[in-house]
Amino acid sequence: MQKRVGKQTFVFENAFVRQGFAIAGPKEKHGLLGDCFDFCLQDDKFGEKSFEKAECKMFKFAIDGVLNKANLQPQNIDTMLGGDLLNQIVSVSFAMRAYDSSFLGLYNACGTFAESLLVGSCLVDGGYKNKVVCISGSHFSTAERQYRYPLELGVLRSPVTQWTATGAGASILTNESDNAICKITKGVAGRVIDLGIKDVNNMGAAMAPAACDTILQFFEDTKAKVDDYDGIFTGDLGKLGRQILFDFAKDRGIDFKDKLFDCGAMLYKQKQQTFQGGSGAACSAIVFNSYILNKFKQKKYKKILLVGTGALLSPLTSFQGESVPCIAHCLEVCSC
Amino acid sequence: MSQNFEQKDTKLIEEQSKIRSFKNQKKKTLYMDYVFEVSPKSSHVKNMFWAYVIGGLICAFGQVIIDLLVQNGVEDKVASVFASCILVALAACATGLGVYDKLGRFAGAGSTVPITGFSNAMVAPAIEFRSEGMIYGLGAKMFTVAGPVVVNGVMISFVIAVFHLVLGV
Amino acid sequence: MLINIAKAFLMGGFICMLGQIVINLTHLTNGKILVMFLILGAVLQAFDLYQPLVDTFGAGASVPISGFGCSLVNGALDGIRAEGFFGAIKGGLQATAPGIATAIIFGYINAILFKPRTKKK
Repeated sequence: MQKRVGKQTFVFENAFVRQGFAIAGPKEKHGLLGDCFDFCLQDDKFGEKSFEKAECKMFKFAIDGVLNKANLQPQNIDTMLGGDLLNQIVSVSFAMRAYDSSFLGLYNACGTFAESLLVGSCLVDGGYKNKVVCISGSHFSTAERQYRYPLELGVLRSPVTQWTATGAGASILTNESDNAICKITKGVAGRVIDLGIKDVNNMGAAMAPAACDTILQFFEDTKAKVDDYDGIFTGDLGKLGRQILFDFAKDRGIDFKDKLFDCGAMLYKQKQQTFQGGSGAACSAIVFNSYILNKFKQKKYKKILLVGTGALLSPLTSFQGESVPCIAHCLEVCSC
Repeated sequence: MSQNFEQKDTKLIEEQSKIRSFKNQKKKTLYMDYVFEVSPKSSHVKNMFWAYVIGGLICAFGQVIIDLLVQNGVEDKVASVFASCILVALAACATGLGVYDKLGRFAGAGSTVPITGFSNAMVAPAIEFRSEGMIYGLGAKMFTVAGPVVVNGVMISFVIAVFHLVLGV
Repeated sequence: MLINIAKAFLMGGFICMLGQIVINLTHLTNGKILVMFLILGAVLQAFDLYQPLVDTFGAGASVPISGFGCSLVNGALDGIRAEGFFGAIKGGLQATAPGIATAIIFGYINAILFKPRTKKK
């Protein structure tokens, strides 16, 4: 079996998604996908003293939840992979104190979930591990204070801003096909693309070219067509970024028609005033583990593309006047 | 011969990279123009209206305090300082109660530019970073947003004063 | 009294609207807007242009942060007249100390009393 096609595409044979679990915050609960999530927080402090502790607890809750759903014990898991948005990916790392499995910390900003699925598939399909847990998420209050302003500061939000979603998603990948919901068949690790956007509020516009580059590379490598897929889900481009990606791809000969969805833009209702929709690592993680996996369980989807997008900035670099480099990873997920 | 070839090779690479960086530069500016065009703009008229109304109301409220103080026999100059202090204290409490940021969501500069905005900028990080302790959290972060105001204010007043001293105005 | 209040409203609103125009055109952040207006007030006062506004419009000119810059400069200039160079160093902060101290004291109290809240929108 060929492990690689074209320039950048990996091919996986035995990478199955056994189970997924999504935990979301109170605002997401009242959003468009509120009913899909396995668990929703009433209060995003989650009974903890600080928001960082709450985020950490959320990750533990998601891991325990997914293990419970799959009837597995923590000792059955060989490795956990994942990351979050905080500096030095503390939330996930701290959550790992509770588990015995080995841990690989990953960071690609909001594209971390797709990255962890990609790395997880490599490990599982390569035969290095039998079962891995991929986890990623974000928390509005912790991300806001790190990347933007203190919560109580009165600022006018620009209409291009997005809302950092609160939530965490965990999936179990195995190399056995029993009880599997779907399988990951191909993946593309993206390139870092920077077209010079400096407005840190306008992340959708910064990330759209990266998403476009990765998707085009995937189509070029695999000779696939848009019509083969039930949906192409981008991570957190938001409404504006989704539109830019749509136009960009059209210029380059790919018409997404009505198949392009954005996880961030799907999360909230119009009246929740999130402007361009959700952002953050939680978007793709919770939408994949709830909405998309549900569709696979109901046999409504046969094949989709999940494109995790990430803006690789820090507050420091934006103060130094740097533009925002972005990355996107793409995964092809099929029903078994 | 081989040396020649190498030279030619490096020259070629240099030229190519020049072309590529030029193309990149062109692509970048084109893309930024395009993004600027498609991005939704904030409504200038609405923003300015609310900034005017809220900013005006805060100042009018300050004037009410000044007038009341003057009526009660406080000196003009002292009354003005006193009124500023009262506004600062009120804004600090409004920040603590979680009201001021809601005002800022639609008032924009109307709540930033008055002295109450300075107070908000000091109190908001103090509340936020309280979880990192009283010294490195609250104490240090209180000035993250408002510190530059004090620092630049003292510097500019010093520079202006020295100019006056030297020029003997 | 009503005329005073109306004047304060008009001038204060106008300065804030100027700030909003700058924000809309340049997307500057809060801190930069505050510093910009502070320096604007200070520089105007260096040429003795801001105090007349304060005299005419009262709180309309003294409550915006540019009024803060104006009193900083006034304090430093008064300091020079009283104590020379040493006055230039201490005068500015001396004049604005009440405002800064109030912000610190009430900020401290509020930070102890309240916790940050997650935003609904």
